[in-house]
Amino acid sequence: MTTAYAPDSTFTDSSFVVELAAFSGPLDLLLSLIREEQVDIYDIPIARICEQFVQRIRTLGLNEAAEYLEMAARLIRIKAQMLLPRGDAEAWEDPRAELVRRLLEYQQMREVVDVLERRGEERRNQFARAYLPQAPAAPQAPLALSLAELLSAVDRVLRAAKPASMHEVIPRTIDIPGAITIIRSVLALRARILWTEIVDHGAEPWQILSTLLGLLELAKGGELRVLQPRPFANVEISRDAAGEAA
Amino acid sequence: MTPLAKLLEAALFASARPIETDELAALDPDVSRAELQSALDELRERYDVDGHGVELVEIGGGWQILTRAEYTEAIERAQLAARPARLSGAALETLAIIAYRQPISRAEIEEIRGVAVGGVLKSLHERGLIDVVGRAEGLGRPLLYGTTPIFLEHFALRHLEELPRADELAIALRLPTRDAEPAVAASETE
Repeated sequence: MTTAYAPDSTFTDSSFVVELAAFSGPLDLLLSLIREEQVDIYDIPIARICEQFVQRIRTLGLNEAAEYLEMAARLIRIKAQMLLPRGDAEAWEDPRAELVRRLLEYQQMREVVDVLERRGEERRNQFARAYLPQAPAAPQAPLALSLAELLSAVDRVLRAAKPASMHEVIPRTIDIPGAITIIRSVLALRARILWTEIVDHGAEPWQILSTLLGLLELAKGGELRVLQPRPFANVEISRDAAGEAA
Repeated sequence: MTPLAKLLEAALFASARPIETDELAALDPDVSRAELQSALDELRERYDVDGHGVELVEIGGGWQILTRAEYTEAIERAQLAARPARLSGAALETLAIIAYRQPISRAEIEEIRGVAVGGVLKSLHERGLIDVVGRAEGLGRPLLYGTTPIFLEHFALRHLEELPRADELAIALRLPTRDAEPAVAASETE
């Protein structure tokens, strides 16, 4: 990034090497020119400095930087203003005044930078407690252990692991076709049966449900009729005469 | 050492950041400020006189135990600790302006430096050296920046007033007649 440039013999006699990153801005470059030329900052020979500034930014390849170009334009403008005839000596304002003010301000700031740089460097050379940044994790050592150790480790893990308490679900799907087969076979023997006769007393819910749904299915198909004389009474199931006829 | 000096030493040892005097005072409510100060002085002298590898430093209104500079090389070579990266010239210039002119807007900083400072401000903010301290009244209500306690820590300053006053700074460029500026020569060689 910091490309060194050879001195341009056309505008300077002193031999020096400038680095591109050596200047932190146009004011910095301008100040260094003023120092090099050993001129009074309150009486800047603007034409000379302006010319050198323009030449320098060309040499440095800084002419892409808008800030340097802006400063170059400002210098040329001041140079032009200096050439204008000064009619009234009283009212004449030095067009360099604003530039000088900025240069002085900038220079003052640079002196603070020197102080900060020195202090910062001093502090940098002292470590505080626990400054240590998080050390990168050491690479894992290859695993070295015997089979017996491995097995005992597995054993410890298994003993430590609590058996997971699980609710056991027994799959019992409702069996409607099965129930239908039973009902049909019973009805084939007897024309009329009672609910309690086809559902055992200790029947599981799924059996009851299967029988009920089978009954309803057959009743819908017209194979049988379901009759309950009064609420909660035993349900009578009888062959449907019409269905039979069909 | 007095018991109080030992207590302070333990507390300062336990902390990675400077501990403010108020916080140190909270260690023992029965202790007066004068006693606290004399215990701190005792501890500092202890470190200085007995030849310790660390010293007690006053930073940013607080106190901190730091290693002595002469051991930095060895510590860093052994990779026990690493010095933080140096701030760039642009960052230092921007910090210097903020330190003296705070609260200050970005446009004002750019006016003094003559270059755009958006990126620099962002990285300074990320490092915790500056913070937004308010908004200006003017057009667009631009953000105003100021320095933080970390700024003081970074430059081992007790407070901002420790920086040279503006009128103490050498007045700009000396005339060619009384030249030989050593400060300038130093900054150019870097």
